[in-house]
Amino acid sequence: MSRVAAFVFRRKGGKGWHWTDIVTWVWLVGGLFIMFGPAVWLVGSSLKTPAALAEFPPTILPYVTQKVSVEGFDKPFDLYEVTLDDGSKATLAEVRRIGIVSQMVDPKAPGEIIKVNIAQRTPVREMSFATENYTEPFTHFDFFRYLWNSVFVTVVATLITLVVNSMAAFALSKYEFRGRTAAMLVILATLMVPLSVIMVPLYSIVSALGLFNSLWGVILPTVATPTGVFILRQYMLTIPDELVDAARMDKASEWQIYWRIILPLTAPALAVLAIFSVVWRWNDFLWPLIVLSRKELYTLQVGLSIYSGELNVQWHFILAMTVVTMIPVVLVFIFLQRFITTGIAGTGLK
Amino acid sequence: MIGAAPAFVPVPRLGAGGEGSSKVEEEKKMNKINTMLAAFAVGLLSSTAAFAGEVRIMWYSDGVEGEVLQDLLGRFMKDNPGINVILDNVSYSVVREQLPVQLEAGAGPDIARVTNLKALSPHWLDLRPLVADAAYWDENFGGQADWMRPDGSNQISGFMTQITLAGGFANKTLFEQAGVAIPSKEATWDDWAKAAKQVAESQQVPFAMALDRSGHRLTGPNVSYGANYIGADGKPAPLDDGAKAFIGKFVGWVADGTMSKDVWVSAAGSTYRAGADDFINGQLAYYYSGSWQVPNFSTKIGSNFDWVATASPCGTVNCTGMPGGAGLVAIKYTKNPQEVAKVMDYLAREDVVKEFSERTLFLPAHKGLVAKGLEFKTDDAQAKAALNTFVAATAGLSDVAQKLPGWFWSDAYYGALVTRVSQAAAGELTLEEAFSRIDADVAAKVKDSGL
Amino acid sequence: MTIDGSGKTGPRVGEIAMAPVRFAMGLVDAPLRKLQKVAGLGGMATFFLLPNMLIFGIFVLLPFFINFAYSMTGGSALFLSDRSFVGVDQYARLFDCSNYLDPNSCAEDTFWTAVGNTGWFVVLQVTLMIAFSLVTALILNRDLKARSFWRAMFFFPVLLSPVVVGLIWKWILQRQGLLNFGLYGFGFDPYAWLNDRTWSFAAAVAVSIWAHMGFYTLILLAGLQAIPKDLYEAAEMDGTRSMRVFMRITLPLLMPNLLVVIVLVLIRAVQIFDEVYVLTGGGPGTSTLFLTQYIYETGFATQLRNPGLAAAASILMGVVLVVLTLVQLGLGRSSDKNGGRK
Repeated sequence: MSRVAAFVFRRKGGKGWHWTDIVTWVWLVGGLFIMFGPAVWLVGSSLKTPAALAEFPPTILPYVTQKVSVEGFDKPFDLYEVTLDDGSKATLAEVRRIGIVSQMVDPKAPGEIIKVNIAQRTPVREMSFATENYTEPFTHFDFFRYLWNSVFVTVVATLITLVVNSMAAFALSKYEFRGRTAAMLVILATLMVPLSVIMVPLYSIVSALGLFNSLWGVILPTVATPTGVFILRQYMLTIPDELVDAARMDKASEWQIYWRIILPLTAPALAVLAIFSVVWRWNDFLWPLIVLSRKELYTLQVGLSIYSGELNVQWHFILAMTVVTMIPVVLVFIFLQRFITTGIAGTGLK
Repeated sequence: MIGAAPAFVPVPRLGAGGEGSSKVEEEKKMNKINTMLAAFAVGLLSSTAAFAGEVRIMWYSDGVEGEVLQDLLGRFMKDNPGINVILDNVSYSVVREQLPVQLEAGAGPDIARVTNLKALSPHWLDLRPLVADAAYWDENFGGQADWMRPDGSNQISGFMTQITLAGGFANKTLFEQAGVAIPSKEATWDDWAKAAKQVAESQQVPFAMALDRSGHRLTGPNVSYGANYIGADGKPAPLDDGAKAFIGKFVGWVADGTMSKDVWVSAAGSTYRAGADDFINGQLAYYYSGSWQVPNFSTKIGSNFDWVATASPCGTVNCTGMPGGAGLVAIKYTKNPQEVAKVMDYLAREDVVKEFSERTLFLPAHKGLVAKGLEFKTDDAQAKAALNTFVAATAGLSDVAQKLPGWFWSDAYYGALVTRVSQAAAGELTLEEAFSRIDADVAAKVKDSGL
Repeated sequence: MTIDGSGKTGPRVGEIAMAPVRFAMGLVDAPLRKLQKVAGLGGMATFFLLPNMLIFGIFVLLPFFINFAYSMTGGSALFLSDRSFVGVDQYARLFDCSNYLDPNSCAEDTFWTAVGNTGWFVVLQVTLMIAFSLVTALILNRDLKARSFWRAMFFFPVLLSPVVVGLIWKWILQRQGLLNFGLYGFGFDPYAWLNDRTWSFAAAVAVSIWAHMGFYTLILLAGLQAIPKDLYEAAEMDGTRSMRVFMRITLPLLMPNLLVVIVLVLIRAVQIFDEVYVLTGGGPGTSTLFLTQYIYETGFATQLRNPGLAAAASILMGVVLVVLTLVQLGLGRSSDKNGGRK
C-alpha cells in the first residue's frame, strides 16, 4: 500500500524534492498550527483574569502586572518600568494616579514621591495563572451533579441508540419486505431536518409527554439517529446472507441471528457509532437548554451557559468550564483514536 | 419590620379543599405519565411534581448577584425550615426564549427574574392578597408596579431587583491627555460627538464614541430629540421626526467614523451586543451604556485609567436617559403561593434589598431605601461616584422614558429598531429604507399578534 | 476487513463483562421465539424496525408534520390549538416580492437575504470542503511517518461542539484576537475581521471547513486505501505520469466515496447554523445571516415570535433538501451497481 502511495506522489529517489513533497510538508506543518493552535489559545485564555481577557494586544500566556509591597503602606502597589525626565530608567511602584500624573515611589527607598507622566511608564508583568477561573465555579457550581447528568445522558442515549439503530439496520438489510425502500427513504429524509427547524413542535410534544425537565426528555428525541441506521445498514449489507440462511437451517431464532451473528460481525461499525453518539450527546447544547431548567438536572453544557447574562458575559468562567468539558472528549479520543479512524474506513460509508 | 416572623410553624394550608383536590388530580396525571414512561425507564424518571414547601426561582446573573441571592436565601431557609427555596441559575437566553414557552404551557418556575415584564404580565401571580403588608409594597415599589402588571389592574406582581439607567461614560484620562474639557451636563449629543472625536484624533485611539447594540439604548437619545413611540390608541406609532433626527445623526456618525461601527454591525437581527470591551481597553473616549456597567468597569479597569459616569447628553427636547431593569416576579402557575409570597416578602424587605444592592452595586427600586441612601460595598471611589451620578440622573427622566418600560410593545419596537438601524449602519439600507422597514416590521408584529 | 480482528487476543475482561448482557439477551429469546411463530419472518422485520421507527415517528416525523400545520396558522401563540388558521398567508408573505433578485423589494427581505447567503455559502463551502478534504486524504495516503498522529490531528475538531468551535474562532478573529496580535507584530493595525462583509463570510466558510473536514477526509481516505494496488503497478509499468494516474485511476475509483461526501457536505451546508451563529451572529449587517438562523429567530428567539412564518420557511427549506435527497438516491443507485466492497 505504502509503495503505491509513494508511487502516486513519488519523491524522486531521495534526490531532491518533488513538488508534492513540498505540498505535503507545507500542508502538515500548516495543519499543525491551524488545527492545534486554536485549542492551545483556548486553554491559555482560560487561565487569564477578566481584565487580561479584554486586553489588546493579547498575550498567549496569562500575564498580570507585578505587585510589590512597599514599607510604610498597607496595600501592595503595581510595579512599573519608568523612563525618567533625565532619560534614565527605573523600576518604581505606583502609589496613586491623579489624571495623567502618576505618583510613584522607589520600593527600595520609599521616602520620596516621584511624579511621572503616565505615558512614560510601562507595567512590569509576570506570568500568573488565574486558576480561580477553574476553582471558583467548582464551589458555587454543582460540577459533579452536572457531570453525572452529562454522563448519564451520554451513556444511556448511546446504549439505546446502539440497540435501536442496529435492530432497525438489521431489518433493513437482511429482510425483504414491502415498504423497505420507503422506510429507508424516510430515515434518510430526516437526516435533513435540523433540530432548530422542528424545535417548537418538538417542544410541545415533549411537554405533552411530561418529559419536560427530565433527562429522558433530552435522551429520547435524539436516539433514533438516521446516520446511525445508515452506517450500520451499509455495513450489514456486506455480511453474506448465507450466514443468516445457514443459521436458520440450524433452527436459530431471528433474535439469535441478530445478536449472536449479526451484532458481533458489525462490531467495528458499532464502535464508530458509539463514539459518534458519545461525542454528539456530550456536546448537545441547544436541546438540553430548552428541556432542562432545573439545576439538579443540568448537563455540563447547560451548566456553563449560566455565565451568559443579559448585559454581561463572564467569559473567564465560560472558557475555563469549556476546557473542563472538553477533557472527557479528548480522553475518549486519545484512547479510541484507532477505532475512530480505522472504524470509519471499515464501515465503508457509502 | 416586615416579614420578621417568628420561627416558621408549618400551618395548615389555606384553601386546603380546592388545592387538595387539584393535588390529587395532579398526582393522577403524574401516575399516568409514570406508567407510560415505565416502559422506557423504571425508576429513573425524575419527577416533575412540585414538593410541598418547595419554591423555585429562575435567575440569571450578569455578575455576582446569583451568589449574593443564594446567600440571602440561605438565611431565609434557616429561619423558615419548612420552605425549601431552590435557585435555578440559567443563562439570560433561557429567560428570554424558553421561559415564555414554558409559561404558555402553564408550567415554569415559581418565581423568575425577568426583563420583558409587561409582555408576559398575564402569567404573573397577584401577590396583593398574599403578602403580609400590601401597603408596604405599594409604598416602596409602587413606582414600577405598572411595568409588570396587566394594563388597568392594581396587581402586585413582584419588584425590581435593580433599576438600571442608560447613561454615558467618559474616559477621563484620555480627555485630560488630549486637553479637551469634558462636556458639561447641558452638553448636547453634538457637543459630545465633537469633543470625543477631538480626543480620539489627538490620542490616536480607534473609537471616539460607541453605543450598545440595543433598541433600549437608542431610545434614550431618540426621546431626548422628541420621539414618542406610543400612539394615541396605545399601539405603536410610526417613527416620528424626533426618532428620525437622532437615528439620522447616529448613522451619519457611524459613516464618518465618530461612532464605533464594530458594535452595531457585529450581529444580525435584534441580538444585544455591548461595546464595553473597547472602553475597558482605553480604546474608546465616550461610551453610552448604562448603570449596570459600573461593577464591570470597577473590576476590569481597576486603576488603568480614570473614568466618570455622565448623565445622558441632551437632545433638542430634553436630556433623558432610559430607565429599565430586571424584576423578580411570582408566577401564577405555582403550586405553593403561600410560600412564594413568604419568599417574596423576605426578598423585598428593606434590609434585604439594602444588603443585596450594596453587595451587587445595583441601584435599588425601594423608595424608602433610596431616600435613606446606601453604602455601596466597594473601595473604588470612581465606582461610587458613578453610582451616585446615576442615582441623581433618575430625577431628570422624561415622561415618555418612564412610560416605555411599562408599554406592551416596547420590545417589539426595540427589536425592529436594532435590526434595521444596524443594517443602515452596515450600509445595506439607506436611512429612508430603514425608516420604512422599521414601521413595516412593527406593523407586522402588531398584525401577527392578533391584538 | 477486520471481522475476526476482535477474536485475536482471545477471551478478555470484556468477555466477562458481556456475560450479563448475554444472559439478558438469552432471556429475551424465549418470548421472541413465540412471537416469531405467530408473526412469521415479515412480522419479525417489523418487530426489529418498530422501536426505532416509533421513537423516530414521535420525535422527528410528528414534529415535522405539526410544523406543516403551523405553517398554515397565524398569531404568536405556541400551541397549535390556540392558533388561527390562515391558509397559505405565511407562504404568500414569504413570496411577496416585486423583484425576486432583490431582497429589498420583498416583504420579508431578511428571508431572501438569508436564502441568497445560504446559496452562496453552499456553493463555496461544498467546493472548498471537497477540495481540502481530498488534498488532505491524498497526503495522508502517502508514506508518512507517524501517520496516525497526522490523521488524528485533522480529525480532532470534529469532536468539539459547534458552540466551542464558534467561540474559539471568535476569540481569534475579533479585533482584540490572536490573529490581530500576530499581524500587530508585523506592524499592521488591528482589523475587525468579523465586521467586514467579505471577511466574515470567508470566516464562516473557513471555520465550518476547519470543524468538519476531518470527518470527510477519513471517508475519502478509506476510499483511497481500498483502491487495488495492481492498478497502480500496471500504470507504473506503462510509465504514466502521476497527475494522469490521479485523473484516470484514483478519481474514478474514489467516485462512490466522493459522492457520499458531496451529498453529506451539501446537506450540512444548507443547515449551517450553530458555529456561525456564535461566530458572527449573522453580521455584519445581514451578510452571514443563513436560513436556519432566520427560522430560529423568527420562530423562537424574538419577542412576539411568529412560529407560523418560521414553519413556512422551514417547509420551503425542507423542499429544497428533499430535492437533494432525490439526487442522492439517483446517484446512490448508480453507484450500487458497482457492488458493495469486499
